[in-house]
Amino acid sequence: MTSFVKPKIRRLNEPTNGLGKTRADYDGAMSTLCAGCGHDSVTAALARAFYELSTDPKDVVKVSGIGCSSKTTTYFLKDAHGANTVHGRMPSFATGAAAVNKNLTYVGVSGDGDSLSIGLGQMAHAIRRNVDMIYMLENNGVYGLTKGQFSASSDIGSKAKKGATNMLPPIDPAIMALSIGATFVARSFSGDKQQLVSLIKAGIAHRGFALIDVISPCVSFNDHKGSTKSYAHTYQYYHKAVHADYVPPSEEITASYDEGEAMPVELHDGGSILLRKLDKDYDPTNRASAMEKLMQSQQTQEILTGLLYIDESRPAMAEHKKLPETPLHSIPYSKLNPGADALRKLQDEFR
Amino acid sequence: MKPTDTSNPDYFHKVVDCQWACPAHTPVPAYIRLIAQGRYSDAYLLNRDSNVFPGILGRVCDRPCEPACRRTRVDGEPVAICRLKRVAADHRDDVTSRLPQKPDQTNGKRIALIGAGPASFTVANDLAPLGYECTIFEKLPEAGGLMRANIPAFRLPEKVLNEELQYILDMGVELKLNSPVSSMKALLDEGWDAVFVGTGAPKGKDLHLPGREEADANIHIGIDWLESVAFEHIDSIGKNVLIIGVGNTAMDCCRTSLRLGAENVKVMARKPRNFFKASEWELEDAEEENIQIVVNHSPKAFVTEHGKLVGMTFELMEYDVDDKGEITGQRIIGEETLPCDDVILAIGQENAFPWIEKDAGIEFGKWDVPVVDEETFESTHEGVFFGGDSAFGPKNIIWAVEHGHQAAISIHRHCQGLGLRDRAPREVELQSAKMGMFEWRYSNAYTAAERREMEHVALVDRFQRLNIEVELGFNAEQIAVEVQRCLNCDVQTVFEAPLCEECDACIDVCPVECLSITPVADSEAELRASLSQPEAPEDQSLYVSNPLPLTGRVMIKDENVCLHCGLCAERCPTSAWDMKEGVIKIPHADDQVETVA
Ligand SMILES: Cc1cc2nc3c(=O)[nH]c(=O)nc-3n(C[C@H](O)[C@H](O)[C@H](O)COP(=O)(O)OP(=O)(O)OC[C@H]3O[C@@H](n4cnc5c(N)ncnc54)[C@H](O)[C@@H]3O)c2cc1C
Ligand SMILES: Cc1ncc(C[n+]2csc(CCOP(=O)(O)OP(=O)(O)O)c2C)c(N)n1
Ligand code: SF4
Ligand code: SF4
Ligand code: SF4
Ligand SMILES: [Mg+2]
Repeated sequence: MTSFVKPKIRRLNEPTNGLGKTRADYDGAMSTLCAGCGHDSVTAALARAFYELSTDPKDVVKVSGIGCSSKTTTYFLKDAHGANTVHGRMPSFATGAAAVNKNLTYVGVSGDGDSLSIGLGQMAHAIRRNVDMIYMLENNGVYGLTKGQFSASSDIGSKAKKGATNMLPPIDPAIMALSIGATFVARSFSGDKQQLVSLIKAGIAHRGFALIDVISPCVSFNDHKGSTKSYAHTYQYYHKAVHADYVPPSEEITASYDEGEAMPVELHDGGSILLRKLDKDYDPTNRASAMEKLMQSQQTQEILTGLLYIDESRPAMAEHKKLPETPLHSIPYSKLNPGADALRKLQDEFR
Repeated sequence: MKPTDTSNPDYFHKVVDCQWACPAHTPVPAYIRLIAQGRYSDAYLLNRDSNVFPGILGRVCDRPCEPACRRTRVDGEPVAICRLKRVAADHRDDVTSRLPQKPDQTNGKRIALIGAGPASFTVANDLAPLGYECTIFEKLPEAGGLMRANIPAFRLPEKVLNEELQYILDMGVELKLNSPVSSMKALLDEGWDAVFVGTGAPKGKDLHLPGREEADANIHIGIDWLESVAFEHIDSIGKNVLIIGVGNTAMDCCRTSLRLGAENVKVMARKPRNFFKASEWELEDAEEENIQIVVNHSPKAFVTEHGKLVGMTFELMEYDVDDKGEITGQRIIGEETLPCDDVILAIGQENAFPWIEKDAGIEFGKWDVPVVDEETFESTHEGVFFGGDSAFGPKNIIWAVEHGHQAAISIHRHCQGLGLRDRAPREVELQSAKMGMFEWRYSNAYTAAERREMEHVALVDRFQRLNIEVELGFNAEQIAVEVQRCLNCDVQTVFEAPLCEECDACIDVCPVECLSITPVADSEAELRASLSQPEAPEDQSLYVSNPLPLTGRVMIKDENVCLHCGLCAERCPTSAWDMKEGVIKIPHADDQVETVA
């Protein structure tokens, strides 16, 4: 029998995490994306990050919009909650979910089409609200699912598979996010699993909205010569500026780096992110200089990656909206609906 | 670290753990696929090419392939390789017309083969079809060597043995029974073109303790006793029997005793269980028959009354065992005498060549074993070859077969005047197994089923006669499941570095995480440290590719746990990974380039 199903195998002596789960316990259904799609690697990185964090999949909510990228929530953490929503509307759905239950971990998965075209306004406001979630923007420069139209992240001059040239300026999601107050902005590449896994772990631990813009090549429609989102192009222009390692609360920072290179950022969960500047003059805690560097890199075509900006001081949505600790589903009905008298009293206050 | 040289045929061969471990390099996964397709005769003949006696070995092979099987590293239990071999043999059609045939004409070269065991029979099997006139001299009245004289019929039925020996005799081999060779010099004087010594290791060890002479009538040397039983010179034994030693011979002695009327049989071991020499399955089969295995009893004396054996005294031992499981100290903590009517000694075999004169030109080394070349099997006398147990001491049938193949190559080359060492090399032939999208020429799906258990004749029935075969063979359901447990390790993952665009798809899909792309490392140790299973056994290979075109990094594959599921090749957008069926060509005498004119 020929098969195309990833078998689940408990190997002898297979490593397990703090919950006794194996890496494979964080897998989902078999991917139906094209063989070689970068999105599958992002999926694998998410599964690995959650495995390494020993997160119980039942405490995770996966949300997405529409697109090949958005399909991938099915392919990891099969025991987590989740929904595929309407094209571009995932941020609103996630905002609502995070508002009614702040105790779960929210993972948004989207594409450059889903986030930067139809969903641009949606994403912007989730960033402004600092919704406590990690947002994976799987960026391939095209609408993959609808067979390769240029997306809003496509660079000027980038060629389509059939030869057309993109003339419209790209939206850089990192620059845009910085400009509207984002508190965690990272960029990575599906081909660099090590960096991606560290960034995902740091993003999950960060309080508030964590954007990871992942260059994730579309092998079928945007991996040709002349494309600026191909594997070959990305490997050529890929540049690591800042390395970030998440250190959980239980662990001490043991690695020692040269003075000036390493920089720990304390997190609200008691853990920290250890930043290692690979570019000495890059300061990932300075919004203006981060933006400047990113704009410069646009000109040099360099793909600046790593944790580009972090601000741990701003409260997440749940804090500044003073949302209850108890999830909505656990608040008794009598408290949720105190009755007509209570409503009248409230209305009287506004007269 | 240098890129792996996959053009070395040993690289892909080693990936096929079972075939690599088999002394005769039987292509196990290939014959299992044939069984899966119901092609039993084809599976039998493919087996026969390598191991000559699939029916015999499908029952009693020492099966070094099984502990090596990749499946043991996945779910702990090897594929029942040996049982499947028996399936091929049991269900084959008449294959006589498809066997190597007696040639119309001989080539005039005369070969003397001494001893009618598996070693000599293999030499004859390889040489007779090429035209050699082979004559086997056997001292016993029947052929087969220890397979006839020692391996009991309840494990190896006579019919199975006879059939497979007859195949070879039908190739025009002359068999002279009741014909012991008593002088090597006289034989050499007869002007044979080559002589092969396949006389085994015929001497069972004795145990010289107080009382040995007096009790002689009831003390038996295991291999001699089994031979006497096989040739019906002995048909009974006392009620209480002690077997000394806990190797495979001991297992056959104790089980045979039960069939000759013994009621209470104990196997006496000097050491604890993990030091036993017997194969685990032979121990299990004996214990199933209520044989008691007594540990930590070291023989001290035979006890006699009125000149007759009545018991045996043992020292009770205690051992210190270290973390590695090795004995570091021992002491005697007491003594015990057990009553018995008979004692069977099963404490080992030795070589003995009383018939080879000291001045025959054959050099003997330590412990009176002949000096034999490990590649050519030639002795220090040109044209005289040794193989099987006679060459390097007691081993097993499959080793005897492999020695026979190698000696046959040497004899062939010797008779053709060719250098013995310029043997045809091993080769690997690779052919893509891809049939289409999601379609492979082999069953790539992983089957989680557990190893099927062999069923046995009920205890109440099996002791009635000496020759009731205990194992029943696999039924249809067992065959269908067990063939699917094989991982098809011979369908190799073959990598073309120039095609890879480092998308990671293969790495992500691999269910056992055995792939990675890493910067070039200086040493294998450095690479191993970065593996998903760093504790992988060192004897398993690491594949290191040529540098990849985009980044100069390398693709690494840890061969240790690869399931050969083909998902990496299925997910690779550029076919940098492909699954290719690899045929490992192991040359035999008929594959030597210069054949008989
Ligand atoms: C009790 C017992 C059980 C065993 N069980 C197994 C098992 O389950 N599986 C397994 O793989 N192996 C088993 N073995 C080992 C296996 O039988 C031998 O390793 C194998 O038979 C060796 O083959 P051979 O051709 O070298 O010699 P042998 O099989 O020993 O044959 C040698 C032949 O040469 C004859 N001979 C000796 N001297 C002369 C002479 N001067 N002139 C003429 N003929 C002579 C002998 O009579 C004998 O027939 C067992 C061995 C014993 C003792
Ligand atoms: C409201 C609406 N408009 C348009 C579409 C068609 N559509 C489906 S996916 C998609 C773009 C997806 O692009 P992206 O988010 O980049 O995902 P990719 O497939 O590239 O991963 C579009 C326009 C739709 N499904 N719904
Ligand atoms: S079309 Fe492109 S984005 Fe969609 S699955 Fe295929 S490679 Fe991935
Ligand atoms: S065949 Fe490929 S995917 Fe399957 S286990 Fe082996 S390396 Fe992994
Ligand atoms: S799937 Fe193919 S192209 Fe992608 S990394 Fe693996 S071998 Fe290279
Ligand atoms: Mg896209």
